[in-house]
Amino acid sequence: MRSSGVLPYHSEVMPLPKLQRIGILSDRFAAFIIKGSAFVAILSLILIFVFIGKEALPVLTSPEVRSEASLSRLFLPQVHHAGEAAEFSWQPISDVPKYSLFPLFIGTLKVTLIAALIAIPLAVAAALYTSEFAPSWARETIKPCIEVLAGIPSVVVGFFCLMVIASWLQGAFGWTYRLNALTAGIGLSLAVIPIVYTVSEDAFSSVPQAFREGSIAMGASSWQTASRVVLPAAMPGVLAACILGFGRAIGETMIVLMASGNAAVLSWSPVDSIRTFSATVAAELGELVQGSPHYHVLFFIGAFLFLLTFVINLIGRWWVGRLQKKLQGAF
Amino acid sequence: MRNRCVVLMLVSALAVALSGCGRGPDSGEQHRPVTVKGSDTMVILAQSWAENYMKEHPGLTIQVTGGGSGVGIAALINGGTDICNASRPMKPAEKNQVRSRHGKDVKEIPVALDGLAIYVSESNPIQSLTEPQIKSIYTGKITNWRELGGKDARLVAYGRENSSGTYQFFKEHVLNNEDFAREVQTLPGTGAIVNAVSKDPASIGYGGIAYASGIRVVPVRKDEKSEAVSPSLATVKTGQYPLSRNLFFYTIGEPSGEVKSFIDWVLDREGQKLCEAVGYYPIIQK
Repeated sequence: MRSSGVLPYHSEVMPLPKLQRIGILSDRFAAFIIKGSAFVAILSLILIFVFIGKEALPVLTSPEVRSEASLSRLFLPQVHHAGEAAEFSWQPISDVPKYSLFPLFIGTLKVTLIAALIAIPLAVAAALYTSEFAPSWARETIKPCIEVLAGIPSVVVGFFCLMVIASWLQGAFGWTYRLNALTAGIGLSLAVIPIVYTVSEDAFSSVPQAFREGSIAMGASSWQTASRVVLPAAMPGVLAACILGFGRAIGETMIVLMASGNAAVLSWSPVDSIRTFSATVAAELGELVQGSPHYHVLFFIGAFLFLLTFVINLIGRWWVGRLQKKLQGAF
Repeated sequence: MRNRCVVLMLVSALAVALSGCGRGPDSGEQHRPVTVKGSDTMVILAQSWAENYMKEHPGLTIQVTGGGSGVGIAALINGGTDICNASRPMKPAEKNQVRSRHGKDVKEIPVALDGLAIYVSESNPIQSLTEPQIKSIYTGKITNWRELGGKDARLVAYGRENSSGTYQFFKEHVLNNEDFAREVQTLPGTGAIVNAVSKDPASIGYGGIAYASGIRVVPVRKDEKSEAVSPSLATVKTGQYPLSRNLFFYTIGEPSGEVKSFIDWVLDREGQKLCEAVGYYPIIQK
């Protein structure tokens, strides 16, 4: 009998001691459970999409729904009163229901861009600082603080925006609308920062130490090392962080529902009210009788959001992959 | 050793999961709770009815949830609630759905009166507004307080989400079913509107009287010639105040059993007394 503990798993010649047999079985069981849970995640994703897709489909197929909300009504400007100019309008409860998605799209885009513009530079800079420059006590304080930010329920962030940030901003700048895209975008950035920070911090700290040592040995300052060696080397990870953050910003509901004013105004000004896709679904779905055109349109919005994040992720992955290849080619 | 730990963990996880499955269907069989669901405006009122009724009838549970009149009506149609709270009358189409799903007519029971208040910031000097003026504000024809005799400031109008009974009532009774202006900001809940209006000197909002704190309620005039009326017990009861409405309970068919005795209690003296305690008005005048 071999004395070492390193037994091959498929040893059929020698009967294994009982304890080790249990060990192997439990390993397999654990592997099965882990594999299983990975499949459950994929399966639930597929099921969610099938369910949303099924409820959204009547927008394309059912004549009853299409008479109120066909694709052209959702995406093209419509003339609602004879003699008036064609317009984009979201007014689902009306004598003539109006389902234009364009104002909602502009609103979603505006608030997401604002949140990304605030959150990404801040979070990446903070991550670079904590991984490259901060003394260890600062790192030990900053990291958990930002991570706690991720644990704050978004309804609390939304309420904070509604009550406090909105008043500050209006007091400081005197905007007409307290609740606007910028207020919501600032609130949203609070939800995005922790994600971008955590993932890009990981990316920075996984850059091999040899890179930094080499750079410093060549006479580069620590800032030059951070900005010209570590940052480019970690770029794929930072980009992945930005994409995750973007996805969170598009899907976030409660903050925008509370802080954006929810008026579907068609304007590019960052200090006008907006209404986003996610807030619209959250605010309107509860009331609806199943099967009405309005109900199906909201599910169509859900499917649209799903596809939007999917496409963004796809493009992001492709980009990350290209960057990685380029980086590997350099060495 | 580690493997044994894994096995132990998995087995205990499984045990916990299974023990969770065991209970469930048979619990609460003896006393099925009476569920009341619907209007956010009526949540406070229904809650205090339920609490007091349960105090007098121990062992009976009444569950009150909000979500909006539309939510309650949808739940009634789908069979998800015993009683639906609604701050607007059910539409004929919705009544038809109940009939076709359940084979019974809807029973409409007015249970209280509410006045819809118009809120402005406490610093706003405006004395009164006429109904046509309010309509013009919310349809976007008036956009500056100057046009109403106030300061030169852009008017910011707050309203409710379209799932709310208050939205429906306002649209039907004040806007005569015209569309709200796109600029009207919608907020989830009357509480949020009160908060926003209290912080925004150039704003206007609407909602139940029960919520009115931190803001000023503007008296309303039917038209140019009539007198300005503030919402109060007397003016809502007599119908002098123009923006008043019924609050309803809806059931499928005639209520029976515990549901019926709860509704009877609500309509009796004690239940009706509670209306005033939370800022609404009794429907039965004794």
